[in-house]
Amino acid sequence: MSETKYMNPYLAGVLLGLLLLVTIYITGRGLGASGAIKSTVVAGVHAIAPGHAQSSEYYREYLEDHAGKPLKSWLVFEVAGVFIGAFLSGLAAGRLKLVTEKGPRVASRTRLMAAFAGGVLWGIGSQLGRGCTSGAALSGMAVQATGGILTMLAIFAGAYVFAYFFRKLWV
Amino acid sequence: MGPLVPDLISENLNYVLALFIGIAFGAILEQAGFSSSRRLVGLFYGYDFTVLRVFFTAGIVAMVGVMALDHFGLLDMNLVYINPTFLWSAIVGGLIMGLGFVIGGYCPGTSFCAAAIGKLDALALVGGALVGVLIFAEGYPLFEGLYKASNLGSPRISQTLGISPSLFALVMILFALAAFTVASYVERKVNGRPAPLLRWTPSRAWVLAAGVVLAISAFSFTDRKADLLRLVQDEELVRSYPVETMSVDEFAFRLMDKDDDRIQVIDFRPEAEIAQQRLPKSYTFTVDNLFEQEPSRLLRVKGKINVFVANDELTERKMAVIARELGFQRVQILEGGLDAFREQVLNFQPSRPAQNMMEEFTYRFRTKAKSVIPELIQQSQPSEPVKGEKKRVRGGC
Repeated sequence: MSETKYMNPYLAGVLLGLLLLVTIYITGRGLGASGAIKSTVVAGVHAIAPGHAQSSEYYREYLEDHAGKPLKSWLVFEVAGVFIGAFLSGLAAGRLKLVTEKGPRVASRTRLMAAFAGGVLWGIGSQLGRGCTSGAALSGMAVQATGGILTMLAIFAGAYVFAYFFRKLWV
Repeated sequence: MGPLVPDLISENLNYVLALFIGIAFGAILEQAGFSSSRRLVGLFYGYDFTVLRVFFTAGIVAMVGVMALDHFGLLDMNLVYINPTFLWSAIVGGLIMGLGFVIGGYCPGTSFCAAAIGKLDALALVGGALVGVLIFAEGYPLFEGLYKASNLGSPRISQTLGISPSLFALVMILFALAAFTVASYVERKVNGRPAPLLRWTPSRAWVLAAGVVLAISAFSFTDRKADLLRLVQDEELVRSYPVETMSVDEFAFRLMDKDDDRIQVIDFRPEAEIAQQRLPKSYTFTVDNLFEQEPSRLLRVKGKINVFVANDELTERKMAVIARELGFQRVQILEGGLDAFREQVLNFQPSRPAQNMMEEFTYRFRTKAKSVIPELIQQSQPSEPVKGEKKRVRGGC
């Protein structure tokens, strides 16, 4: 298997930082990711069970904020862009491949189940943290927001604390 | 002055931009190797610290960049989204996300990237995240107490810790440089390569140099508002600063002249006091307004002369110095402040008979002004204070 070459991490970091800066300058807000998941969930519930969405506080607040169109949100467009950008980058680097990436000692099935479970935790955690690694940690750090920095510290602390217990998944 | 949305860039164009910003975001993450879960979690097992390097470099570059934009008055931080702080929700949410990271192998943003290039595990994580949000929304009554507990508003770290933004940036830069060094050491050790703690390579030298440049920048891009407020503490400087003054008589005359629409009175008295006695052609203003994108636009209206008023002339001068330093040109102050205006015009009492024609005219004028201006004050519409009507952008996730 040929080793694919990635960008120098510091260069990638500078580019990402400049992109974030430009985003804040233009839009007054940073980058994000989990917000788009929330939009999708609210849109889905709203489409399938509009009555339920209206009667449940969490959905209703979000719908009111977005004038009843949960998918017309900045982050949904941004995340659509992330898919396109990552796809194009993967295409250019020859990395497009349907594969389950896993540690050497686990079966694909275990890996997929773990990934799904991890996703559930991200879903819940990002709502509590009011953002994930992008919206809370990275963007929060850029504007020196206490809440974002606190969430960032908690994410990394949590990951290091729990890493030991799940080492068989990875090493 | 940024942010450019919604004035220079419409909401709809903003969505188009979101797509392009997303494309750049996705491409950079993918190029950095964030589309690989094994690479991402390497951070927590010590075999690959790419995430640490990219993440902290990006955070610091953006942070110092934001400080620079603020320093040069290019960005109104009052309109920028500052993540709110809900103490326990942030900590518990963060810990849950940390657990999700080591079990799932991605964070949401990177899972989108990885899913886009065909990683099935990333797709599973995206699916899980949708279910997770659904669980949270459906179980919201259960989470609500924690979700809303200890709401501290939206403080910035400088307010929370009581240190300057520059110092915090320096701490982050030093932390990052130390972390990069340790990371390289651990990475080599875990991967079974020779691992001296301090290896001197060209790349290391570049990173160190960049760190020094950023640290120096962080201290030169000081908070403009704090700087100017400190500057006007120096009364001697404020008194000797060249500012045009308007005499109380000219001021009274221009207030009374219905055809004079060139003058606008910028009133810095407290709101409650202004409500008692609102001057004609006046706007309620605060020192904060001078630094804000929307209110400060009033001072740039073409052809207008802005007369700064307050009870005493020193306050007027301070505000005028700040305004001039911020680049506002047509600024004048009322000679002697409103205290003098009240004494010499509104409550005019000739102390002695007029000695010459000049004084006679002044007396006559003031006697007339004394009766006319209170009427104008009565008529003056109780307009809303010039507050930023624009709200902060809602951001986050």
